[in-house]
Amino acid sequence: MQATIEVAGLRKRFGHTMALDGMSFTVTPGQVTGFVGPNGAGKSTTMRVILGLDTADEGTALVGGRPYTSLRRPLHHVGALLDASALQPSRTARNHLLWLAHSQGLGAGRVDEVIEQVGLGSAAQRKAGGFSLGMRQRLGIAAALLGDPPVLMLDEPSNGLDPEGIIWMRGFLRSLAAEGRAVLVSSHLMSELEDTADHLVVVGRGRVVADTSVAGLIATASGGRVTLRTSAPPAAMAALTHAGATVTATGRDTLTVIGLAGEHIVSLLNRYAVPFSEVSAHRATLEEAYMELTRDAVEFRAAGQEAAR
Amino acid sequence: MSATAPHRAVRGGFALLLRAEWTKFRTVRGWVVATAAAALVTVLLGLLSASGSHQSCDGVCPAVPVGPGGEAVEDKFYFVHRPLEGDGSITVRVTSMTGQIRLPDLTPGNRRVISGVVPWAKAGIMIKESMKQGSAYAAVMVTGKHGVRMQHNFTQDVAGSPGGVSKQSPRWLRLTRSGEELTGYESADGRQWTKVGTAHLTGLPAAVQVGLFSASPGDLTVTPGDFGGSSAASRFAEATAVFDQVSLQGPVGGGTWRPDDVGVTLNPDGSAHHPGGFKESGSTYTVTGVGDIAPLSDGQQIENTLTGVLTGLIVVIVVAVMFITAEYRRGLIRTTLLAGPRRGRTLAAKALAIGLVTFVAGLAATTAAVAFGEQVLRANGNYILPVTVFTELRVIVGTAVLFAAAAVLALAVGTLFRRSVAAVIVAIVVIVVPYILATASVLPASAAQWLLRLTPAAGFAIQQSIPEYAHVLGNYAPSAGYYPLAPWAGLAVLCGYAALALGLAIFQLRRRDA
Repeated sequence: MQATIEVAGLRKRFGHTMALDGMSFTVTPGQVTGFVGPNGAGKSTTMRVILGLDTADEGTALVGGRPYTSLRRPLHHVGALLDASALQPSRTARNHLLWLAHSQGLGAGRVDEVIEQVGLGSAAQRKAGGFSLGMRQRLGIAAALLGDPPVLMLDEPSNGLDPEGIIWMRGFLRSLAAEGRAVLVSSHLMSELEDTADHLVVVGRGRVVADTSVAGLIATASGGRVTLRTSAPPAAMAALTHAGATVTATGRDTLTVIGLAGEHIVSLLNRYAVPFSEVSAHRATLEEAYMELTRDAVEFRAAGQEAAR
Repeated sequence: MSATAPHRAVRGGFALLLRAEWTKFRTVRGWVVATAAAALVTVLLGLLSASGSHQSCDGVCPAVPVGPGGEAVEDKFYFVHRPLEGDGSITVRVTSMTGQIRLPDLTPGNRRVISGVVPWAKAGIMIKESMKQGSAYAAVMVTGKHGVRMQHNFTQDVAGSPGGVSKQSPRWLRLTRSGEELTGYESADGRQWTKVGTAHLTGLPAAVQVGLFSASPGDLTVTPGDFGGSSAASRFAEATAVFDQVSLQGPVGGGTWRPDDVGVTLNPDGSAHHPGGFKESGSTYTVTGVGDIAPLSDGQQIENTLTGVLTGLIVVIVVAVMFITAEYRRGLIRTTLLAGPRRGRTLAAKALAIGLVTFVAGLAATTAAVAFGEQVLRANGNYILPVTVFTELRVIVGTAVLFAAAAVLALAVGTLFRRSVAAVIVAIVVIVVPYILATASVLPASAAQWLLRLTPAAGFAIQQSIPEYAHVLGNYAPSAGYYPLAPWAGLAVLCGYAALALGLAIFQLRRRDA
């Protein structure tokens, strides 16, 4: 089976709300794909449609080329963590995994393996009802790993994890991708994905806003800008503008230059004897890039809330 | 990534889902404990009610005769007979059937006796294996209100032509014996004969008794209760028939007729209580009898040890509802559907799991309740109406099926409602409440019977061990343990409801977003 998720043209309406409005993207194996967007952008609904829990009004969602509901022993194909709190509180962690394992033809041995893998070995015999959110997340990951699936889908897996847990999760997801699996991780916080994801599917208002590599997104957001610190801003501005750059003053002694590479700026300034203390390429944070991309969606929502009052 | 790929992957998907559901059930201690408690409560309440039933006789209770079919019988009648040593026949003419009935006293102690015959008063001719009560027989007879009948071995009854007898319209009866085959005939004139029926009496010996008989069951009055329900009372009645044109064929011995008041009740002084009688005047014979030749329904029924089932059932319903609504409450249903995305199969596996669990628990409970309950009843001097092994198994196993079907129905209702409280209430209202209303003497008998035909409570019919006989007048009301549907038909109604509800639940589960 190919380790892919293919989503094409999903539409789904809840009453008057368009939850999914032409959602399309592909998740490829061997990398972590971040699925990011503000709350309500349609991430969870898309995941539920992929997993056959919700039905889309239009469009297709395939896992390894097949609809989820047609899979035999689906946990061998896809592991998913949707809601870590979906547990029978009086059942122990191990027994929770045991019934899942039995449903897929797996035995208790596999259960013990994944429990160790997520670091819950000492809590295996405890009732899941007493687990912290972080422990539940780990148990959910263990459930997703039971069938050793080539595709993993995790909805906000870092929710409720302590800093140590977040670092663990990051490394864990990276190693799963390194084994050749397709890993789709949703989050409403771009910063969570900054060091985890290789690829990003950014969504807003039920559709894909950007489908790009992390490096490409940052480059786009940085837009070739250079920051210049000088004690003579007017002279610098005149020299650089003359050379064809767009220059804006962004502070008392800082300018932002667009349209000229760093080395070129340095040689120009030297030629005109303009003093400067720093010339540096501006690197946007992923957060900035994300804010840029989803501004429309957020503005729309803010306006909507305003109108609702 | 295939390091742990299942090498046992060949097993069927449904079996895996079933196993998963069983694992789910057994790993929630509350459900296991509650199911065991349901079984225990079923047994203990049954034993409690059995221990409250006492019966005593002056001295030793008389032995109750048992018919060839194994059922308890009343075999009490006046028999004027001669031995028959092989094949032969008897032919008579009945010219009159009269009797006396004691009506309810208006003033206590003041007997009101009128002349008349009760509907199932019977008189005619009989061939009987021996004079032992309960032995095999076949008889052709006229009755008070049900015309000519041929009956044999207490439980079997075939109708002949309707109408009573009088001097103006007498009735000729004939009974022939050929080996184990007995055939009854009737005629209005002694020339044109019509066959009424045939009885096969397995193992009938060559030497039998042949003769004239008369009997009359008590007069049954059923009084509707003030708050619904009814009470029944039976009072003395006797029947007198006049026979002539008596002719016997075949190797008849003994020379003279021998009268016997079979099964007559004796007073403490040894005299007969309500004796029958026989008068011979020329070729006319007058026979008066009291009693009946019919299956007996007085006594404890084995299902009286299953009074705890209702309470056990309520607990089982709660567990079965929780088995699914707990998943909705926690969102675990999504995990279940991820593991088994073919939803119909997944819910069917869940239903089968809870059905099997409650069947096993129910079977343990009903087996223990009946086995120990019978001991307690007997120890308290109660007479338990005997039933065949098959019937006893049907009551025990069928009640376990009742538990399982109720659990499946409750699970389906839980799936439809997705909320514990609403689903438990609905399941109890459709299964338990109709049964209570129908059997607690709060409704008129006909309303009670409709409840037990139309609602899932019809399934309780599987517990009825003693059948209703059309040829025996009785108070066959639900409150007395008689159901309007046959045992398996009643259980089929419940199973039908369970299947229907499960089908609806699967339909809904498939249609809805999870």
